[in-house]
Amino acid sequence: MSGVKLSEAKKFVGRFGEFGGQFVPETLMNALIELEAEFEKVRDDQQFRLEYLYYLEHYCGRPTSLYFAENLTNYYNKAKIYLKREDLNHTGAHKINNVIGQILLAKRMGKKRIIAETGAGQHGVATATACAMFGLDCEVYMGAEDVKRQALNVFRMELLGAKVISVTSGTATLKDATNEAIRDWVTNVADTYYVIGSVVGPHPYPTIVREFQRIIGDETKAQILEKEDRLPDYLVACVGGGSNAMGMFYPFVADSSVQLIGVEAAGFGLDTKQHAAAIAKGTVGVLHGMLTYLLQDEDGQILPVHSISAGLDYPGIGPEHAYLHKAGRASYVSVTDQQALAAFHRLSNVEGIIPALESAHALAYLEDLMPKTRKDQIVVVNLSGRGDKDVHTVAKAMEEGI
Amino acid sequence: MKRIAAKFEDLKKKQKKALITYITAGDPDLATTAELVLTLEKAGADIVELGIPFSDPLADGPVIQRAAQRSLQAGTTLRKVFELVEKLRKRTQIPLVFLIYYNQVLQFGLNEFVARCDQVGIDGVIIPDLPLEERTELLEIIKGGNYLVDLIPLVAPTSDQRVASIVNNATGFVYCVSSTGVTGQRDSFSAELQDFVAKVKEATDIPAAIGFGISSVASVKQLKDYADGLIIGSAIIKEMEETLNDNNQSQLQKQVHQFVSSLRQALDS
Repeated sequence: MSGVKLSEAKKFVGRFGEFGGQFVPETLMNALIELEAEFEKVRDDQQFRLEYLYYLEHYCGRPTSLYFAENLTNYYNKAKIYLKREDLNHTGAHKINNVIGQILLAKRMGKKRIIAETGAGQHGVATATACAMFGLDCEVYMGAEDVKRQALNVFRMELLGAKVISVTSGTATLKDATNEAIRDWVTNVADTYYVIGSVVGPHPYPTIVREFQRIIGDETKAQILEKEDRLPDYLVACVGGGSNAMGMFYPFVADSSVQLIGVEAAGFGLDTKQHAAAIAKGTVGVLHGMLTYLLQDEDGQILPVHSISAGLDYPGIGPEHAYLHKAGRASYVSVTDQQALAAFHRLSNVEGIIPALESAHALAYLEDLMPKTRKDQIVVVNLSGRGDKDVHTVAKAMEEGI
Repeated sequence: MKRIAAKFEDLKKKQKKALITYITAGDPDLATTAELVLTLEKAGADIVELGIPFSDPLADGPVIQRAAQRSLQAGTTLRKVFELVEKLRKRTQIPLVFLIYYNQVLQFGLNEFVARCDQVGIDGVIIPDLPLEERTELLEIIKGGNYLVDLIPLVAPTSDQRVASIVNNATGFVYCVSSTGVTGQRDSFSAELQDFVAKVKEATDIPAAIGFGISSVASVKQLKDYADGLIIGSAIIKEMEETLNDNNQSQLQKQVHQFVSSLRQALDS
């Protein structure tokens, strides 16, 4: 774990190229400024880093393994495929990495009440978990649609002592849960810390979340160098808001030989209106405090989006992804619900690992990617979460013959 | 002279406070909005704020969210609201202010938006998600084109040392957010509100108005001496909502007229 440095990245500014910024009500501005100042302090604070790493190691079970997926490799018979096993984290996904960091930050700032938004429920569960351990009040905003399709995670959050608030406004999914969390924060800003779950929102959140997720990429780099004595050729990760992808990509951004591939949710297909591919089909706009690619109409109204995966069901994307896309450093592709489901089954059957539907999107892209690779190349897929939460969704899709 | 500045000057001479009323444009439809603006003026409003409906109004509480939903369902767009204002300007010279989220301005085009406001007679723009740090580009366009539109800044009780920078060179009036939170009724206001507004007024020569949560004759009476004007929105929409199911246009106008008249009386008392 000693190779992980929180502070090595250059001092951040509020923008990634033209993207990012702080488009929030004035009421929140001083809170964001305080948050940035506090984060700047802990970034260079060895004590904080050790505490963060302590919980990640002993509570969450890091480092997660970089698993050589031999069966999947044989299945494609091309490049070697490694899986970064974020699914093995406590609570079943990468989300806990960021939550531990932010909750420690909240504690330092003396905040007693924690709020969060959640889509699939993984970030909500991670937040509820950390709040239970650290003895903090926790309220999680979740779209009413997601409450329905992720009932298991709702139950888990409640078991952990969190209050789950079902959001019925707008499209009743992640975007609306985020609106409602921001409204709560505007109201209770004095005593409340808002734990954003992805690399989205106003500055400094996209940077904070990336810094607490980059442990994925930092570990991957050390592990692949140890196993293969070379860097991978491809990194593949799914993107909704984009925190698992950003965490994986960031330590490799300067390594130009490594191709970074983010996989968006194409839902029923990019030629339909029911997808969540903000880079493929979006235009630049402002939502949730950030300037980024958004699925919106010409008047700037945010469009309803769809993905079978609740965690990817978001009309925007983190501003740093928007920047990497525009700069040409990372490429963004998309796969449909159907392709993700096929990948879900494939990994379950071939490797005995049931992936989250979000992660299944990254795995699905292997169908396109692998034929183009050579046997001497290396592909790392970020297996961002496990699929237990999705079994009902998958069973239903099978019944419906999708 | 610009309409907002002239209005406040006139009120000052008469030793009156400004009654600033908000409705969401296109709620329940644009024809009703046109009539409502005239009704509000007749009932004693000094300035009318027109909310441009947005799919994700994160500074708004449930009442204005509902109004935005109704308006969007009726097909309201910014373009149509501009056309409405263009026509309205033949019937009234009351200062008109947009309450609009930044993404809508951005998609319209910053230059085009400011020019169109100027052209149709929109006197001010309030953008709840455009803080000091992000407003430079829009301000430069307004200044560069010598446009008459005022970018009305918002200050919050949490603004503290930011107040001076926010109101620096501001025009129109300063929008003082009464308390943390979104738009909509408050049961009470903090004892510090008076000091907060006084601090804002020390930092600027332009008028200051209080908004967010002012919902009744009682709250108007409580707050009227704190500032140069009071802004009332959600409470008016709630009055409208009581009549919406009846689909009776004259009843709606009458109800709003009565309510706003009572606010006017309270403000002048």
